[in-house]
Amino acid sequence: MTKKNKVKSSKAQGSDSQPSDLIDITRKRFRVGDFLAEKIIKGVALLSITIIVLIFFFVFREAFPIFNTSKEVKKSPTELAKQDTQETYGAVTDVDSKGTGQETYGAVADTLVKKDKTPAKGTYTVNAGSGTDDNKSALNTMLTKDWVPVSDKPRYGILSLIIGTFKITLISMLFAAPLAILAALYTAEFANKKMKEIIKPTIELLAGFPSVVIGFFALMVLATFLQNIFHYSTRLNSFVGGIAMGIAAIPIIFTITEDALTAVPRSFNEASLALGASKWQTAFFVILPAATPGIFAAILLGIGRVFGETMIALMATGNAALMDLNPFESVRTLAATIGAEMAEVVFGDTHYNVLFLIGSLLFVFTFILNAIAEFYVKGKLMKRIQGK
Amino acid sequence: MINSIRKNIKGIAIEGITLISAIIIIVIVIVMLLVIFIGGKDHLTWEFLTSFPTEGMTKGGIFPALYGTALLVIIMSIAAVPFGTITAIYLTEYAKENSIIAKTIRFAVRTLAVIPSIIYGLFGLGFFIKFVGAHIDGAFFGGELRWGQPNLLWASLTMSLLTLPVVIVSVEEALKTVPQDLRAASLALGATKWQTIRKVVLPGSISGIMTGTILAVSRGAGEVAPILFTGAAYYLATLPGLSDQFMVLGYHIYVLTTQSANVDQTLPIQFGTTCVLLLLTFTLNMSAVILRYRIRKKKNR
Repeated sequence: MTKKNKVKSSKAQGSDSQPSDLIDITRKRFRVGDFLAEKIIKGVALLSITIIVLIFFFVFREAFPIFNTSKEVKKSPTELAKQDTQETYGAVTDVDSKGTGQETYGAVADTLVKKDKTPAKGTYTVNAGSGTDDNKSALNTMLTKDWVPVSDKPRYGILSLIIGTFKITLISMLFAAPLAILAALYTAEFANKKMKEIIKPTIELLAGFPSVVIGFFALMVLATFLQNIFHYSTRLNSFVGGIAMGIAAIPIIFTITEDALTAVPRSFNEASLALGASKWQTAFFVILPAATPGIFAAILLGIGRVFGETMIALMATGNAALMDLNPFESVRTLAATIGAEMAEVVFGDTHYNVLFLIGSLLFVFTFILNAIAEFYVKGKLMKRIQGK
Repeated sequence: MINSIRKNIKGIAIEGITLISAIIIIVIVIVMLLVIFIGGKDHLTWEFLTSFPTEGMTKGGIFPALYGTALLVIIMSIAAVPFGTITAIYLTEYAKENSIIAKTIRFAVRTLAVIPSIIYGLFGLGFFIKFVGAHIDGAFFGGELRWGQPNLLWASLTMSLLTLPVVIVSVEEALKTVPQDLRAASLALGATKWQTIRKVVLPGSISGIMTGTILAVSRGAGEVAPILFTGAAYYLATLPGLSDQFMVLGYHIYVLTTQSANVDQTLPIQFGTTCVLLLLTFTLNMSAVILRYRIRKKKNR
């Protein structure tokens, strides 16, 4: 028996029992059921850590062959055996219709033609042997701006995708962050109870909106609406996508900001008011600065949300990989590229590995964002509030 | 005097800006709800919900998509709710608040909550399909392709990983509302820790577990990215089993709006499907909000 259990049992039995019983009780017998229950519960609880490790491992594992330029791509015998059956999986695109002629891969979503269900053609088939050359050229083209993965000479320039993702993240944050932070400030500092009971459930409902629904709204309504106001030529562009993703990010930014604002001790408020500051001065010059680390965390997590958002990007951004800083041009984001192309590639192909590499990038980026928000910001917030 | 009036005007203006921001958000939500409900309300008929798509998906209903969504969330809940609940029990009942292990688990849970859903899709493909599935095929079916391809089971399990943090957070919050006195009383009566958890703590937090399940189901029903390549299908003429691909509401909306040749023709169906999905998640979320509101009220009492 461990020490912990002894302490527990004496506590459990109370202090008013007879001294002779006490000796008996502290030598409590070993309970198999309790012991097992605790171990199993602990084991299950460790699962969430295991999952993170597994995600790291398996996403990188599928991306790894791309760096393997000297040796042949390794394949297990079972995979080799079933290669020919795998090739026909999913909605394989007609190779000729895309890629070869076009410089910008992918078309504007609402003009996309229904895909051919014909199986892959000979040129599309990649066998394990020729994988080496493909990988070499894939790595060389990685830092260019041409994303043309399906052609005779595939180029995997992810720069335009990265620029596109950052562009759309910036637009969505410029839209969502001020809106959500000001609304949170209103809710935390100015709103009466009735307004709070309207705003908070509304935000929770918005948080529950599936992203595909927001994407649908952006594609059908918002795109036309914004085009009528700003009169730009491409209907689906990074501006529309950015606004739509901003809508999706509002609940996260709002919730965390509001938590940070309400975590500021009431004494700050009272001290400020006692010194003669008005309510809005207190809110803006005392409460808001005290909660800055929390607001910073809120924006970081909002960025993480937008960065990995797939469905809205697929539906509302136009999906053309253009290297252009104009907000009214179509873009293709990293996440949307994975979403659009993964179902169409051959398992184990170079294109497949590149998509997993993009996935690893996304994963590492959001992981770091979350870690910063978690440790750095929270520590700072606690210090500031405790006045150290 | 003038100074104080100016200060007041400035104060009202600044407070006004924050109020307007809040109102803009509320208006966005209301507009989105209205547009989709008005566009899709004609389709909220029994026939639309219970018939198969016909004529190349330009007419007919969404029954297979509804059926697929239901199966998906059921299997997902079976996997996610017990694991999520047990993790929450560990965090509140066993782990010490500041122990490294509890901190690491909490960090892992929060990380799971912010990982982009598309990464779960990649993980599902890399782990469940290409690793677990392929090995099952190799071991039991002699290499015949059976589980090593996208299907309902792998998609549901992928989705359960995504919804795990939702369950954990809700259940943890509910467990904390069970008063310490109850635990102490149970232990004082000679019950062991595990008996206390089973007979006292868990029954007291059943509404929290329900909230978690509802939120997880709502999330799972709406997410599309994780199942894009772990099991969702464009069109199926039959209802799916565990090892088949399946149709699902969110993916149905996506293919109809972007992959279909005649977007204008299917427009009413798109609105109808979106309306059904939104109504589903809306109802689920509303009941979760109400349940959670009740739990918090109990806690404050």
